[in-house]
Amino acid sequence: MLTAIADTLPSTAEKDVMNGTITPNASASADKLTPVRILDENGMLVGEPPQIEPERLRAMLRLMMLGRRLDQKAISLQRRGKLGTYPPLSGQEAASVGTAYAMDAEVDHFVPQYREQLTMLHWGLPLSTYLLQRMGHPAGSALPSHGRLWPQQVALGAHLPHAVGLAWGMRLQGKPGVVLTQFGDGASNEGDFHEACNIAGVKRAPLVMVCQNNGWAISIPWHEQSAAESVALRAAGYGFPGIAVDGNDVLAVYSAVADARTRAEAGDGPTLIEARCHRLGAHSTADDPKRYRPADFDDQAAKVDPIHRFRAYLVGLGQWDDTADTDTIAWCDDQIVTAVAEFDATPTPDPGQMLQHLYAEPDMRLRRQQEELRSSIEENR
Amino acid sequence: MTGMNMVEAVRSTLEAEMRRDERVVLLGEDVGKSGGVFRATDRLQTEFGTDRVFDMPTSEAGIIGAAVGLAGAGLVPVVEMQFLGFTQQGFHQLGNQLARMRYRTNGALTMPVTIRAPFGGGVRTPELHSDAFEALFAHNPGMRLVAPATAADMKGLLATAIRDPDPIFVLEPLRGYRLVRDDVPDGDHLVPFGKARIAREGTDVTIIAWSAMVQVAMEAAAAAAEQGIDVQVIDLRSLVPLDCDTLREAVARTGRAIVVQEAPYTGGFAGEVAATVAEEAFLHLEAPVTRVGGYDIPFPMPQLEDHYIPDARRILRAIRAAVDF
Repeated sequence: MLTAIADTLPSTAEKDVMNGTITPNASASADKLTPVRILDENGMLVGEPPQIEPERLRAMLRLMMLGRRLDQKAISLQRRGKLGTYPPLSGQEAASVGTAYAMDAEVDHFVPQYREQLTMLHWGLPLSTYLLQRMGHPAGSALPSHGRLWPQQVALGAHLPHAVGLAWGMRLQGKPGVVLTQFGDGASNEGDFHEACNIAGVKRAPLVMVCQNNGWAISIPWHEQSAAESVALRAAGYGFPGIAVDGNDVLAVYSAVADARTRAEAGDGPTLIEARCHRLGAHSTADDPKRYRPADFDDQAAKVDPIHRFRAYLVGLGQWDDTADTDTIAWCDDQIVTAVAEFDATPTPDPGQMLQHLYAEPDMRLRRQQEELRSSIEENR
Repeated sequence: MTGMNMVEAVRSTLEAEMRRDERVVLLGEDVGKSGGVFRATDRLQTEFGTDRVFDMPTSEAGIIGAAVGLAGAGLVPVVEMQFLGFTQQGFHQLGNQLARMRYRTNGALTMPVTIRAPFGGGVRTPELHSDAFEALFAHNPGMRLVAPATAADMKGLLATAIRDPDPIFVLEPLRGYRLVRDDVPDGDHLVPFGKARIAREGTDVTIIAWSAMVQVAMEAAAAAAEQGIDVQVIDLRSLVPLDCDTLREAVARTGRAIVVQEAPYTGGFAGEVAATVAEEAFLHLEAPVTRVGGYDIPFPMPQLEDHYIPDARRILRAIRAAVDF
């Protein structure tokens, strides 16, 4: 393990890289990690791109654009009272989609926090189910029947030990696939993060941990959350590699996650990847970032927009053009309109559902409460 | 039947269940090579291997959280928490995570996880090794809570817990580990949840207790008998779910109920039992339902613990007050 970390220490050439030129590989020093980049702000290659089929590249951009569009629609639905609190993901599309596509959703498991809409959709969660969840409908708690997607976690970092146990348990039984978990910089300061990383290291759990460091835990900037430069550096303390990537660069995210997945599958244990990105919007629809973010934040963040960058790259490859924009926006809207129609068509829940699914066999008190609820509803009819 | 103390009953049940179902795995601090600080998992790692009995880092939240994941991977984890007092360091992984996983996934993700922890005083332990915090764990919908008082019930409830598809918290009386010895049925022995045991028949007063307090209640009942008072003792065995039927029938007969707990008085599980008795059997009551419990303080220093833990004398006083009301 120590060798692996030593391997990431910068050579002289890599130190030049830190000064702003090419970044072919992870470059680190004892207290600093320079995020790996493959695409610059304008979509020009500054590193070795991963081998991805053109159709897949286009699908990645489509999913990123769906995320941006979904935010707009969901916020509008929330403002009209149709949706509950919504956590926008804008600015984190590359971190989500690069991660999702580098994994194998056909065999791998995904244990999400709550800002991973796109990765959850990639794992087969219907968009209408996602919206029902955000609307507070119990039907929104349904998970795809394949069983490889875990429910989104609300308590920060509490899902990380679950992901460790799942990965370790699969390894113990020789089951195929590895486990992906995503979380944010806020969650990385929870005790569960520490305990999970430590156990994952000791048990060599086949786990890929992706921290989307968007720089803000609601209103607390990273430098007030931690005196350390980087989340990824912490991996050294757990005996496994930590890598920082430019989270606005979907190809850099993809490469790092694909490498981590290969390590995990080979039995070499977990990897911690920090994807540094920006949360362009609010923490949630209940938050107002104008209260705590610098006035020029939006302008600065717009310069490194992950969608702009990847689109420019695909245009350069001849894989994207204005027509593709129009078609994709129409496709996104169609996805969203169809999902909203399904969500609108879902009947309001039967109150009795509230007392279901707690145990395989409800005990006497719960059965009495089911009866009470039923009769109280009938009385009010 | 085989005579065993409670910790021997734990160990032999774990062994039998691991043999019966190869998905059963054990994890906790010092449960492997050492065999557990109370030897509840003695030699089980030698017998079943390091792929089924796991020594874990000192990380209560990480251990319980990892058990959630192991269950998701198709295993049947049995977690040892070294002491109940340390379980609070993993508290959020119990009620907020483990207990509600089935509920929040509409039944898609089930958690056949058993958590075992010794609790209660009487053996002069250092701070935070003796507290009776069971009420904290009873207030977590989705997790059942059992507290056996005998070696036979230890086996029966632990085996039921391991085979149950939902999370169960098994409270083990630290003091009873070696002190309580009784005949344990051989072979399969399952005690259902939510069924109290009548530990002693009586017609004048009902004492309701669980875990180590059952033994103390029995001593008080014997002392009361010398004064001509016929005391019934109910061993709840299971706190969640609670056996409301047995409570109702018992108090309907005696008309007097005393609930005994080792935990601090205010907010303890005895309050839940007392309220249940009042709801279920109000018209039969000849006297107020009363509680005998610890004082409203943290568990005291060992030299004072005998004055803290309810003893037969304090229970006897409550018996007399109920009869004389």
